[in-house]
Amino acid sequence: MHSLNYHKASNASEAARLLSGTEDGKFLAGGQTLIPAMKTRLAAPSDLVDVSGAADLRGIKVSGREVTIGAATTHAEVAANGELRGVCPSICDMAANIGDPAVRHRGTIGGSVANNDPAADYPAAMLALKATIKTVSREIAADEFFVGLFETALDDDELITSIGFTAPAAGAYAKFPNPASRYAMCGVFVAKGDDGVRVGVTGAGADGAFRPADFEAALDGEFSAKALDGISVKAEEMLSDIHGDGVYRANLVSVMARRAVAAAS
Amino acid sequence: MTIVSMTVNGTAASADVEDRTLLVDYIREHLRLTGTHVGCDTSQCGTCVVHVDGKAVKSCTMLAAAAEGAEVTTIEGVANGELHPMQRAFNDNHGLQCGFCTPGMIMSGIDMVNRYKAAGRELDEAAIRHELEGNICRCTGYHNIVKSIAQAASEM
Repeated sequence: MHSLNYHKASNASEAARLLSGTEDGKFLAGGQTLIPAMKTRLAAPSDLVDVSGAADLRGIKVSGREVTIGAATTHAEVAANGELRGVCPSICDMAANIGDPAVRHRGTIGGSVANNDPAADYPAAMLALKATIKTVSREIAADEFFVGLFETALDDDELITSIGFTAPAAGAYAKFPNPASRYAMCGVFVAKGDDGVRVGVTGAGADGAFRPADFEAALDGEFSAKALDGISVKAEEMLSDIHGDGVYRANLVSVMARRAVAAAS
Repeated sequence: MTIVSMTVNGTAASADVEDRTLLVDYIREHLRLTGTHVGCDTSQCGTCVVHVDGKAVKSCTMLAAAAEGAEVTTIEGVANGELHPMQRAFNDNHGLQCGFCTPGMIMSGIDMVNRYKAAGRELDEAAIRHELEGNICRCTGYHNIVKSIAQAASEM
Protein backbone atom coordinates (compact mmCIF):
# COMPACT_ATOMS: atom_id res chain seq x y z
CA MET A 1 0.00 0.00 0.00
CA HIS A 2 1.30 3.46 -0.91
CA SER A 3 1.73 6.17 1.71
CA LEU A 4 -1.35 8.18 2.55
CA ASN A 5 -2.71 10.72 4.98
CA TYR A 6 -5.54 9.52 7.22
CA HIS A 7 -8.30 11.82 8.47
CA LYS A 8 -11.24 10.95 10.68
CA ALA A 9 -14.55 12.77 10.16
CA SER A 10 -17.11 13.04 12.95
CA ASN A 11 -19.95 14.06 10.60
CA ALA A 12 -20.83 14.30 6.90
CA SER A 13 -20.07 17.99 6.43
CA GLU A 14 -16.70 17.63 8.11
CA ALA A 15 -15.96 14.68 5.82
CA ALA A 16 -16.76 16.75 2.71
CA ARG A 17 -14.61 19.62 3.98
CA LEU A 18 -11.67 17.33 4.80
CA LEU A 19 -11.80 15.66 1.39
CA SER A 20 -11.95 18.99 -0.48
CA GLY A 21 -8.54 19.88 0.96
CA THR A 22 -6.81 16.78 -0.40
CA GLU A 23 -4.95 16.14 -3.62
CA ASP A 24 -6.56 12.82 -4.57
CA GLY A 25 -8.48 11.76 -1.50
CA LYS A 26 -11.16 9.12 -1.11
CA PHE A 27 -13.80 8.46 1.48
CA LEU A 28 -13.14 5.35 3.59
CA ALA A 29 -16.17 3.60 5.10
CA GLY A 30 -15.71 -0.01 6.22
CA GLY A 31 -12.79 -0.44 3.85
CA GLN A 32 -13.61 -4.06 3.03
CA THR A 33 -13.17 -3.39 -0.68
CA LEU A 34 -11.05 -0.23 -0.70
CA ILE A 35 -8.26 -1.50 1.59
CA PRO A 36 -7.73 -4.73 -0.40
CA ALA A 37 -7.71 -2.61 -3.60
CA MET A 38 -5.10 -0.31 -2.05
CA LYS A 39 -2.92 -3.25 -1.00
CA THR A 40 -2.72 -4.40 -4.60
CA ARG A 41 -2.21 -0.75 -5.63
CA LEU A 42 -5.27 -0.85 -7.86
CA ALA A 43 -6.22 2.21 -5.82
CA ALA A 44 -3.70 4.67 -4.42
CA PRO A 45 -5.47 7.67 -2.93
CA SER A 46 -3.31 10.42 -1.43
CA ASP A 47 -5.66 10.73 1.54
CA LEU A 48 -8.40 8.74 3.22
CA VAL A 49 -11.26 10.47 5.00
CA ASP A 50 -12.75 7.92 7.38
CA VAL A 51 -16.53 8.33 7.60
CA SER A 52 -17.17 5.10 9.52
CA GLY A 53 -17.51 7.02 12.79
CA ALA A 54 -19.62 9.88 11.43
CA ALA A 55 -22.61 9.94 13.77
CA ASP A 56 -25.04 11.42 11.23
CA LEU A 57 -24.27 8.63 8.73
CA ARG A 58 -25.13 5.78 11.05
CA GLY A 59 -28.32 4.05 12.13
CA ILE A 60 -31.59 2.68 10.83
CA LYS A 61 -34.93 4.52 11.06
CA VAL A 62 -38.25 2.82 10.40
CA SER A 63 -41.40 4.94 10.31
CA GLY A 64 -44.43 2.94 9.21
CA ARG A 65 -43.17 1.36 6.01
CA GLU A 66 -40.61 4.09 5.29
CA VAL A 67 -37.05 2.95 5.89
CA THR A 68 -33.91 5.09 6.09
CA ILE A 69 -30.51 3.47 6.50
CA GLY A 70 -27.48 5.66 7.21
CA ALA A 71 -24.69 5.18 4.68
CA ALA A 72 -22.12 4.08 7.30
CA THR A 73 -24.44 1.42 8.76
CA THR A 74 -22.72 -1.97 8.64
CA HIS A 75 -24.09 -5.14 7.04
CA ALA A 76 -24.20 -6.75 10.51
CA GLU A 77 -26.35 -3.88 11.80
CA VAL A 78 -28.76 -4.19 8.86
CA ALA A 79 -28.93 -7.97 9.34
CA ALA A 80 -29.63 -7.77 13.08
CA ASN A 81 -32.07 -4.82 13.21
CA GLY A 82 -35.37 -6.09 14.61
CA GLU A 83 -37.44 -3.08 13.58
CA LEU A 84 -36.21 -3.33 10.00
CA ARG A 85 -36.83 -7.08 9.98
CA GLY A 86 -40.39 -6.33 11.07
CA VAL A 87 -41.17 -4.44 7.84
CA CYS A 88 -38.56 -5.71 5.35
CA PRO A 89 -37.01 -9.06 6.35
CA SER A 90 -35.64 -9.59 2.83
CA ILE A 91 -32.98 -6.89 3.13
CA CYS A 92 -31.92 -8.23 6.57
CA ASP A 93 -31.55 -11.74 5.14
CA MET A 94 -29.59 -10.40 2.19
CA ALA A 95 -27.20 -8.44 4.43
CA ALA A 96 -26.71 -11.51 6.63
CA ASN A 97 -25.16 -13.33 3.67
CA ILE A 98 -22.72 -10.68 2.43
CA GLY A 99 -19.08 -11.76 2.79
CA ASP A 100 -18.41 -13.34 6.19
CA PRO A 101 -19.12 -12.28 9.79
CA ALA A 102 -15.93 -10.20 10.19
CA VAL A 103 -16.51 -8.44 6.86
CA ARG A 104 -20.12 -7.72 7.88
CA HIS A 105 -18.88 -6.03 11.07
CA ARG A 106 -17.00 -3.43 9.00
CA GLY A 107 -18.54 -3.25 5.52
CA THR A 108 -21.23 -0.61 5.00
CA ILE A 109 -24.28 -0.15 2.78
CA GLY A 110 -23.03 3.21 1.52
CA GLY A 111 -19.62 1.80 0.64
CA SER A 112 -21.15 -1.14 -1.22
CA VAL A 113 -23.55 1.05 -3.19
CA ALA A 114 -20.89 3.66 -4.03
CA ASN A 115 -18.44 1.00 -5.22
CA ASN A 116 -21.07 -0.73 -7.41
CA ASP A 117 -19.10 -3.95 -7.79
CA PRO A 118 -20.94 -5.98 -10.47
CA ALA A 119 -21.07 -8.92 -8.03
CA ALA A 120 -22.12 -6.96 -4.93
CA ASP A 121 -25.49 -7.80 -3.35
CA TYR A 122 -26.81 -4.37 -2.43
CA PRO A 123 -27.23 -2.95 -5.95
CA ALA A 124 -29.85 -5.64 -6.73
CA ALA A 125 -31.73 -4.74 -3.55
CA MET A 126 -31.59 -1.01 -4.30
CA LEU A 127 -33.10 -1.55 -7.75
CA ALA A 128 -35.83 -3.92 -6.57
CA LEU A 129 -36.76 -1.78 -3.58
CA LYS A 130 -36.90 1.38 -5.74
CA ALA A 131 -34.50 2.95 -3.29
CA THR A 132 -33.41 6.57 -3.24
CA ILE A 133 -29.72 7.21 -2.68
CA LYS A 134 -29.33 10.43 -0.71
CA THR A 135 -26.06 12.36 -0.89
CA VAL A 136 -24.78 15.55 0.71
CA SER A 137 -26.20 17.51 -2.22
CA ARG A 138 -29.12 15.60 -3.81
CA GLU A 139 -31.30 12.52 -4.05
CA ILE A 140 -30.71 9.97 -6.82
CA ALA A 141 -33.17 7.22 -7.79
CA ALA A 142 -31.57 3.76 -7.87
CA ASP A 143 -32.64 3.42 -11.53
CA GLU A 144 -30.43 6.44 -12.38
CA PHE A 145 -27.67 5.63 -9.88
CA PHE A 146 -26.09 2.39 -11.16
CA VAL A 147 -24.44 3.38 -14.44
CA GLY A 148 -22.09 0.48 -15.22
CA LEU A 149 -19.34 -1.73 -13.80
CA PHE A 150 -17.95 0.10 -10.76
CA GLU A 151 -19.59 3.24 -12.13
CA THR A 152 -22.35 5.32 -10.52
CA ALA A 153 -24.06 8.68 -11.00
CA LEU A 154 -22.08 10.09 -8.06
CA ASP A 155 -19.86 13.07 -8.81
CA ASP A 156 -16.24 12.89 -7.69
CA ASP A 157 -16.13 13.53 -3.95
CA GLU A 158 -19.95 13.27 -3.56
CA LEU A 159 -20.70 11.49 -0.29
CA ILE A 160 -23.73 9.21 0.17
CA THR A 161 -25.48 10.02 3.43
CA SER A 162 -28.35 7.53 3.50
CA ILE A 163 -30.51 5.08 1.59
CA GLY A 164 -34.30 5.38 1.68
CA PHE A 165 -37.06 3.09 0.46
CA THR A 166 -40.62 1.97 1.14
CA ALA A 167 -40.77 -1.57 2.51
CA PRO A 168 -42.51 -3.84 -0.02
CA ALA A 169 -45.45 -6.07 0.87
CA ALA A 170 -43.29 -9.08 0.01
CA GLY A 171 -39.70 -9.60 -1.05
CA ALA A 172 -36.81 -12.04 -1.11
CA TYR A 173 -33.26 -12.36 -2.37
CA ALA A 174 -31.79 -15.52 -3.85
CA LYS A 175 -28.06 -15.77 -4.48
CA PHE A 176 -25.86 -18.30 -6.21
CA PRO A 177 -22.42 -17.63 -4.73
CA ASN A 178 -19.20 -18.41 -6.51
CA PRO A 179 -18.00 -21.52 -4.66
CA ALA A 180 -14.56 -20.01 -4.01
CA SER A 181 -14.99 -16.26 -3.59
CA ARG A 182 -18.60 -16.42 -2.34
CA TYR A 183 -19.38 -13.33 -4.41
CA ALA A 184 -22.66 -13.55 -6.32
CA MET A 185 -22.40 -15.36 -9.65
CA CYS A 186 -25.98 -14.21 -9.79
CA GLY A 187 -28.24 -12.69 -7.16
CA VAL A 188 -31.87 -11.79 -7.73
CA PHE A 189 -33.89 -9.53 -5.44
CA VAL A 190 -37.65 -9.58 -5.99
CA ALA A 191 -39.93 -7.02 -4.34
CA LYS A 192 -43.72 -6.80 -4.61
CA GLY A 193 -44.57 -3.19 -3.87
CA ASP A 194 -47.59 -0.94 -4.20
CA ASP A 195 -46.71 -0.01 -7.82
CA GLY A 196 -46.04 -3.56 -8.91
CA VAL A 197 -43.22 -6.07 -8.90
CA ARG A 198 -39.60 -4.99 -9.31
CA VAL A 199 -36.70 -7.35 -9.92
CA GLY A 200 -33.02 -6.47 -9.37
CA VAL A 201 -30.24 -8.70 -10.70
CA THR A 202 -26.60 -8.57 -9.65
CA GLY A 203 -23.51 -10.61 -10.54
CA ALA A 204 -24.75 -11.56 -13.99
CA GLY A 205 -25.21 -8.47 -16.18
CA ALA A 206 -22.36 -7.34 -18.46
CA ASP A 207 -23.11 -3.75 -17.45
CA GLY A 208 -23.65 -4.48 -13.76
CA ALA A 209 -26.89 -4.65 -11.81
CA PHE A 210 -30.06 -4.40 -13.91
CA ARG A 211 -33.84 -4.91 -13.95
CA PRO A 212 -35.19 -7.53 -16.38
CA ALA A 213 -38.36 -5.88 -17.72
CA ASP A 214 -39.92 -9.13 -19.01
CA PHE A 215 -39.62 -10.75 -15.60
CA GLU A 216 -41.32 -7.80 -13.91
CA ALA A 217 -44.19 -7.76 -16.44
CA ALA A 218 -44.78 -11.50 -16.01
CA LEU A 219 -44.74 -11.25 -12.22
CA ASP A 220 -47.11 -8.27 -12.31
CA GLY A 221 -49.58 -10.59 -14.03
CA GLU A 222 -49.13 -13.42 -11.57
CA PHE A 223 -46.71 -13.39 -8.63
CA SER A 224 -45.56 -16.98 -8.81
CA ALA A 225 -42.42 -18.80 -9.92
CA LYS A 226 -44.51 -20.46 -12.65
CA ALA A 227 -45.19 -17.07 -14.23
CA LEU A 228 -41.51 -16.97 -15.23
CA ASP A 229 -41.70 -20.17 -17.31
CA GLY A 230 -40.27 -19.59 -20.77
CA ILE A 231 -38.89 -16.14 -19.98
CA SER A 232 -35.15 -15.52 -19.90
CA VAL A 233 -32.59 -12.75 -20.23
CA LYS A 234 -30.32 -12.56 -23.29
CA ALA A 235 -27.10 -14.54 -22.85
CA GLU A 236 -25.14 -11.99 -24.90
CA GLU A 237 -26.02 -9.29 -22.37
CA MET A 238 -24.57 -11.31 -19.48
CA LEU A 239 -21.04 -11.40 -18.07
CA SER A 240 -18.94 -14.15 -19.55
CA ASP A 241 -15.73 -15.14 -17.78
CA ILE A 242 -13.79 -18.12 -16.38
CA HIS A 243 -16.46 -18.59 -13.70
CA GLY A 244 -19.30 -19.02 -16.14
CA ASP A 245 -20.28 -17.96 -19.64
CA GLY A 246 -23.24 -15.84 -20.66
CA VAL A 247 -25.56 -18.80 -21.32
CA TYR A 248 -24.81 -20.21 -17.87
CA ARG A 249 -25.41 -16.88 -16.19
CA ALA A 250 -28.62 -16.23 -18.13
CA ASN A 251 -29.95 -19.53 -16.84
CA LEU A 252 -28.87 -18.62 -13.31
CA VAL A 253 -30.92 -15.41 -13.53
CA SER A 254 -34.07 -17.44 -14.30
CA VAL A 255 -33.38 -20.00 -11.58
CA MET A 256 -32.53 -17.42 -8.90
CA ALA A 257 -35.57 -15.32 -9.86
CA ARG A 258 -37.84 -18.36 -9.43
CA ARG A 259 -36.28 -19.15 -6.07
CA ALA A 260 -36.68 -15.56 -4.90
CA VAL A 261 -40.33 -15.43 -5.98
CA ALA A 262 -41.02 -18.77 -4.30
CA ALA A 263 -39.43 -17.51 -1.09
CA ALA A 264 -41.36 -14.24 -1.21
CA SER A 265 -44.79 -15.63 -1.99
CA MET B 1 3.08 9.58 10.98
CA THR B 2 0.34 9.59 13.60
CA ILE B 3 0.33 8.56 17.23
CA VAL B 4 -2.33 5.86 17.44
CA SER B 5 -3.61 4.89 20.89
CA MET B 6 -5.98 2.12 21.85
CA THR B 7 -6.55 -0.38 24.63
CA VAL B 8 -5.20 -3.81 23.74
CA ASN B 9 -6.05 -6.73 26.02
CA GLY B 10 -6.93 -4.28 28.78
CA THR B 11 -3.65 -2.36 28.59
CA ALA B 12 -3.20 1.10 27.10
CA ALA B 13 -1.09 0.97 23.94
CA SER B 14 0.33 3.78 21.87
CA ALA B 15 2.69 3.93 18.90
CA ASP B 16 3.80 6.49 16.33
CA VAL B 17 3.01 4.79 13.03
CA GLU B 18 2.61 5.59 9.35
CA ASP B 19 -1.01 6.39 8.46
CA ARG B 20 -1.13 3.40 6.11
CA THR B 21 -0.29 0.94 8.91
CA LEU B 22 -2.74 -1.93 9.09
CA LEU B 23 -4.15 -2.91 12.47
CA VAL B 24 -2.51 -6.35 12.19
CA ASP B 25 0.91 -4.76 11.63
CA TYR B 26 0.37 -2.40 14.55
CA ILE B 27 -0.44 -5.41 16.75
CA ARG B 28 2.39 -7.64 15.50
CA GLU B 29 5.21 -5.25 14.66
CA HIS B 30 4.68 -2.41 17.11
CA LEU B 31 3.17 -4.20 20.10
CA ARG B 32 5.00 -7.48 19.36
CA LEU B 33 1.83 -9.50 19.93
CA THR B 34 2.49 -12.14 17.30
CA GLY B 35 -0.35 -14.51 18.13
CA THR B 36 -2.49 -12.71 15.53
CA HIS B 37 -1.31 -14.07 12.20
CA VAL B 38 -1.17 -12.83 8.62
CA GLY B 39 -2.24 -15.61 6.30
CA CYS B 40 -3.60 -14.45 2.96
CA ASP B 41 -3.44 -10.67 3.53
CA THR B 42 -6.48 -10.43 1.21
CA SER B 43 -9.36 -10.59 3.74
CA GLN B 44 -10.15 -14.22 2.92
CA CYS B 45 -8.52 -16.52 5.44
CA GLY B 46 -9.43 -15.05 8.83
CA THR B 47 -6.26 -15.91 10.71
CA CYS B 48 -5.87 -12.18 11.54
CA VAL B 49 -9.27 -11.92 13.29
CA VAL B 50 -9.25 -9.82 16.46
CA HIS B 51 -12.09 -8.18 18.36
CA VAL B 52 -12.51 -4.40 18.04
CA ASP B 53 -15.02 -3.03 20.54
CA GLY B 54 -16.31 -6.56 21.01
CA LYS B 55 -16.76 -7.41 17.32
CA ALA B 56 -14.68 -9.80 15.22
CA VAL B 57 -12.86 -7.99 12.41
CA LYS B 58 -10.11 -8.89 9.99
CA SER B 59 -7.18 -6.86 11.27
CA CYS B 60 -5.45 -7.07 7.87
CA THR B 61 -8.36 -5.09 6.41
CA MET B 62 -8.55 -2.23 8.88
CA LEU B 63 -6.15 0.65 9.39
CA ALA B 64 -4.64 1.00 12.85
CA ALA B 65 -5.66 4.66 12.80
CA ALA B 66 -9.30 3.60 12.39
CA ALA B 67 -9.02 1.73 15.72
CA GLU B 68 -7.95 4.89 17.59
CA GLY B 69 -9.56 4.79 21.04
CA ALA B 70 -10.95 1.28 20.54
CA GLU B 71 -10.90 -1.71 22.89
CA VAL B 72 -9.00 -4.43 21.04
CA THR B 73 -8.74 -8.05 22.14
CA THR B 74 -6.25 -10.42 20.54
CA ILE B 75 -5.66 -14.13 21.11
CA GLU B 76 -3.18 -13.19 23.86
CA GLY B 77 -6.00 -11.50 25.78
CA VAL B 78 -8.66 -14.20 25.93
CA ALA B 79 -7.20 -16.40 28.70
CA ASN B 80 -7.87 -15.12 32.19
CA GLY B 81 -5.48 -16.99 34.49
CA GLU B 82 -6.65 -20.21 32.87
CA LEU B 83 -7.49 -21.06 29.29
CA HIS B 84 -10.67 -19.58 27.84
CA PRO B 85 -13.40 -22.26 27.33
CA MET B 86 -12.90 -21.86 23.56
CA GLN B 87 -9.15 -22.54 23.88
CA ARG B 88 -9.78 -25.51 26.14
CA ALA B 89 -12.35 -26.92 23.71
CA PHE B 90 -9.88 -26.76 20.82
CA ASN B 91 -7.43 -28.66 23.03
CA ASP B 92 -10.04 -31.25 24.13
CA ASN B 93 -11.31 -31.89 20.59
CA HIS B 94 -8.01 -31.83 18.69
CA GLY B 95 -9.36 -28.76 16.89
CA LEU B 96 -6.01 -27.86 15.39
CA GLN B 97 -3.17 -29.50 13.55
CA CYS B 98 -0.51 -27.02 12.39
CA GLY B 99 -2.16 -24.28 14.46
CA PHE B 100 -1.66 -21.41 12.03
CA CYS B 101 -5.36 -20.63 11.64
CA THR B 102 -6.18 -21.33 15.29
CA PRO B 103 -5.93 -17.76 16.71
CA GLY B 104 -8.44 -16.57 14.12
CA MET B 105 -10.65 -19.64 14.61
CA ILE B 106 -10.77 -19.00 18.36
CA MET B 107 -11.49 -15.28 17.98
CA SER B 108 -14.24 -15.98 15.42
CA GLY B 109 -15.56 -18.82 17.61
CA ILE B 110 -15.85 -16.58 20.67
CA ASP B 111 -17.51 -13.86 18.58
CA MET B 112 -20.13 -16.19 17.10
CA VAL B 113 -21.00 -17.73 20.47
CA ASN B 114 -21.36 -14.27 22.02
CA ARG B 115 -23.59 -13.05 19.19
CA TYR B 116 -25.85 -16.10 19.16
CA LYS B 117 -26.22 -16.05 22.95
CA ALA B 118 -27.06 -12.33 22.92
CA ALA B 119 -29.70 -12.91 20.25
CA GLY B 120 -31.07 -16.03 21.95
CA ARG B 121 -30.39 -18.11 18.83
CA GLU B 122 -29.23 -21.70 18.78
CA LEU B 123 -25.69 -22.17 17.43
CA ASP B 124 -26.10 -25.60 15.86
CA GLU B 125 -23.62 -27.36 13.61
CA ALA B 126 -24.99 -25.83 10.41
CA ALA B 127 -24.81 -22.36 11.95
CA ILE B 128 -21.21 -22.90 13.09
CA ARG B 129 -20.20 -24.00 9.60
CA HIS B 130 -21.92 -20.98 8.03
CA GLU B 131 -20.33 -18.64 10.58
CA LEU B 132 -16.87 -20.04 9.78
CA GLU B 133 -17.16 -18.90 6.17
CA GLY B 134 -14.42 -16.31 6.69
CA ASN B 135 -11.90 -18.63 8.37
CA ILE B 136 -9.87 -21.07 6.32
CA CYS B 137 -8.11 -24.16 7.72
CA ARG B 138 -5.92 -26.21 5.40
CA CYS B 139 -5.28 -29.12 7.82
CA THR B 140 -8.27 -30.31 9.75
CA GLY B 141 -11.17 -30.51 7.33
CA TYR B 142 -13.06 -28.42 9.92
CA HIS B 143 -14.84 -31.31 11.69
CA ASN B 144 -12.95 -30.97 14.96
CA ILE B 145 -13.05 -27.17 14.79
CA VAL B 146 -16.85 -27.35 14.58
CA LYS B 147 -16.91 -29.81 17.50
CA SER B 148 -14.65 -27.51 19.52
CA ILE B 149 -16.86 -24.47 19.00
CA ALA B 150 -19.98 -26.51 19.81
CA GLN B 151 -18.40 -27.66 23.08
CA ALA B 152 -17.33 -24.13 24.02
CA ALA B 153 -20.79 -22.80 23.17
CA SER B 154 -22.26 -25.16 25.77
CA GLU B 155 -19.76 -23.95 28.38
CA MET B 156 -19.61 -20.21 27.75
